[in-house]
Amino acid sequence: MAKMRGAVVVDVERCKGCELCIVNCPQNVLANIAAQVNSKGYPYVYMKNPGDCTGCTNCAVVCPDGVLTVYRVKE
Amino acid sequence: MELKDIIKPENLVYKRTECLTDKVLSYCPGCGHGTAHRLVMETIEELGIQSETIGVASVGCSVLSYDFMDVDMTGAAHGRATAVATGIKRCNPEKYVFTYQGDGDLAAIGTAETIHACNRGENITIIFINNGIYGMTGGQMAPTTLLGMKSSTTPYGRESALMGNPIKITELVAQLPGTYFVTRQSVHTPANVRKAKKAIMKAFDNQKLKKGLSFVEIVSNCNSGWKMTPVTANKWMEDNMFPFYPLGDIKVDGELVKK
Ligand SMILES: Cc1ncc(C[n+]2csc(CCOP(=O)(O)OP(=O)(O)O)c2C)c(N)n1
Ligand code: SF4
Ligand code: SF4
Ligand code: SF4
Repeated sequence: MAKMRGAVVVDVERCKGCELCIVNCPQNVLANIAAQVNSKGYPYVYMKNPGDCTGCTNCAVVCPDGVLTVYRVKE
Repeated sequence: MELKDIIKPENLVYKRTECLTDKVLSYCPGCGHGTAHRLVMETIEELGIQSETIGVASVGCSVLSYDFMDVDMTGAAHGRATAVATGIKRCNPEKYVFTYQGDGDLAAIGTAETIHACNRGENITIIFINNGIYGMTGGQMAPTTLLGMKSSTTPYGRESALMGNPIKITELVAQLPGTYFVTRQSVHTPANVRKAKKAIMKAFDNQKLKKGLSFVEIVSNCNSGWKMTPVTANKWMEDNMFPFYPLGDIKVDGELVKK
């Protein structure tokens, strides 16, 4: 079966670091770190394990702030 | 395959709806208000009714919802959103009219307006965000506050002898002949968000039928008021709010499906 590859683009300034996307990602792709913040001081998320993203959109669907745009393609 | 090969317009599967304005939401990190806003606006985008929709904002944290939702909107005095929506809908029966209200607005100061709009069977959609507390004003007890739940005015927990019992206004309005669709949803997990979206879609679509009012409760977190992180607040909500406010449809197509 063809493998799905996904990618998430983070609107860094919109992110509030609530971590709901992180805990709702089935692939453990997303993370944030206290030392890496946006101009409002929020620790924004990034793809820590980009190779594992399937583009399932769970993170974007659960994000209250509309931060995430998701792309998906068959490898 | 590298990320740049995936991030291409033809591979896009999810983006923020254009029916939301570009403004950054005023809500606390992780607050369900943001997700609920997005679902309402995604619904409006998918139904293609942006220019035919009129919203009524209420008083509470979502007082500025008209800044975020890119449709015609007005703001009602505290609790009066369904009365204002009644007037708008009756003057513009071809428009899709909705209110967006918190539990303090809808089930405390606005109880009379809520009950009577539901009883009259106004052909409007009510989006009701129940976080069990007055979020905006600092986490005071609301009629919806659970027994034992701590709030800034019930520091030792709500106690029924002194403070009365929490009100299930959604079950209450489902008993009224004027309501056509009544449901309780949540937006804290991807699966629940998808279900809530379907319910909101139905609640707007129903306006075409002119058979009565559609009422969508969304049990949501007020993580700031509850003094928890967003992730812990959602867990607390599952463990404490859902047993008292069970998720699911209560009335569908005018028929009670759950007592
Ligand atoms: C007539 C009037 N009484 C009281 C208030 C104070 N007040 C503002 S918001 C609010 C309650 C909001 O709670 P809720 O509707 O649950 O919304 P949330 O902030 O939790 O989203 C109250 C009592 C007011 N603005 N106007
Ligand atoms: S859910 Fe949204 S706002 Fe919260 S951390 Fe993730 S991207 Fe940021
Ligand atoms: S799209 Fe799915 S797999 Fe990829 S980061 Fe989001 S939740 Fe994780
Ligand atoms: S105070 Fe509560 S309801 Fe208001 S924005 Fe913050 S978390 Fe949301």
